[in-house]
Amino acid sequence: MRMAELNTVGTRLEVGTMEFTADSIIGFARKFDPQPFHLDAEAAKDFVFGGLCASGWQSAAGWMKTFLAYWTKECIRLHKQGIAPPKLGPSPGFRKLQWLKPVYAGDRITYYTTLLNSRELASRPGVWLNSTLNEGVNQNGETVIRFESSVLEFT
Amino acid sequence: MTNGKLHFEDFTPERAFPLGPLTVSAEEIIEFASEYDPQPMHLSEEAGKASILGGLAASGWHTSALHMRMTIDSFLLNSTCEGAPGVDFMDWKKPVLAGDTLSGQAVVLEARTLRSKPGIGLIRMRSKVDNQRGETVCVLEQAIMFRMRAVQETAP
Repeated sequence: MRMAELNTVGTRLEVGTMEFTADSIIGFARKFDPQPFHLDAEAAKDFVFGGLCASGWQSAAGWMKTFLAYWTKECIRLHKQGIAPPKLGPSPGFRKLQWLKPVYAGDRITYYTTLLNSRELASRPGVWLNSTLNEGVNQNGETVIRFESSVLEFT
Repeated sequence: MTNGKLHFEDFTPERAFPLGPLTVSAEEIIEFASEYDPQPMHLSEEAGKASILGGLAASGWHTSALHMRMTIDSFLLNSTCEGAPGVDFMDWKKPVLAGDTLSGQAVVLEARTLRSKPGIGLIRMRSKVDNQRGETVCVLEQAIMFRMRAVQETAP
């Protein structure tokens, strides 16, 4: 089954929720993004953010984490029904990533994905390029992150 | 406190900042993937070799985070950075494999003031990161906000 048959273009799917604890925010930031507003609630008060908030790259990785957990379950569900799940491959990248609001310690971000289009590569018949709109929404209903990513699909 | 730090005014178009070198280990690839992207080719050498990535390969999001780290070490931590509104695009052009050493350059494309945020300016940068074989592994263009020097010095 192809992805576009499983989820029609334009259908927004909820893939999961990730809680951003202070510990996980600080742990990620120490390794990759040790700016004061990602490490220390007191120091963050001197910046526009005003409070301990996650590196934007952690909120982006949170989409991958929740999508993969969703997709693993979805593949099991399809197998049980005797349906071969779409074969997803690597991603060549993403575009139009916007960090719209900070993700503060204690926030719960619910992630979504919407298939935007699916096209067969002229150069590689049997390989499709799917584009999706991905979003993260906090517990107050505010969209905190949005980006478009692409992923290869093999048939 | 911000004396000596890079301010908005220091990010003039065409100014380039070196990135890396930064070597990524198998353990780091597996640790990141276990938390955020637990797919077989990011978790074991055998599964990586069997995949089209050709070896234990970092999650693209790990590559993004490693680029972040390189900008931190190059210039961001010594700056008046106030966060980033987004990334125009990021292309993952080649897999980053265990043991690879990354290096590259971030170049200022444009700088402009923000009417909505007095004292803060926005710069756009383009980064290109290569591996030790001279292959480009990722390219991105992003926007970053910095406090301005001029406003701070005249503030009461």
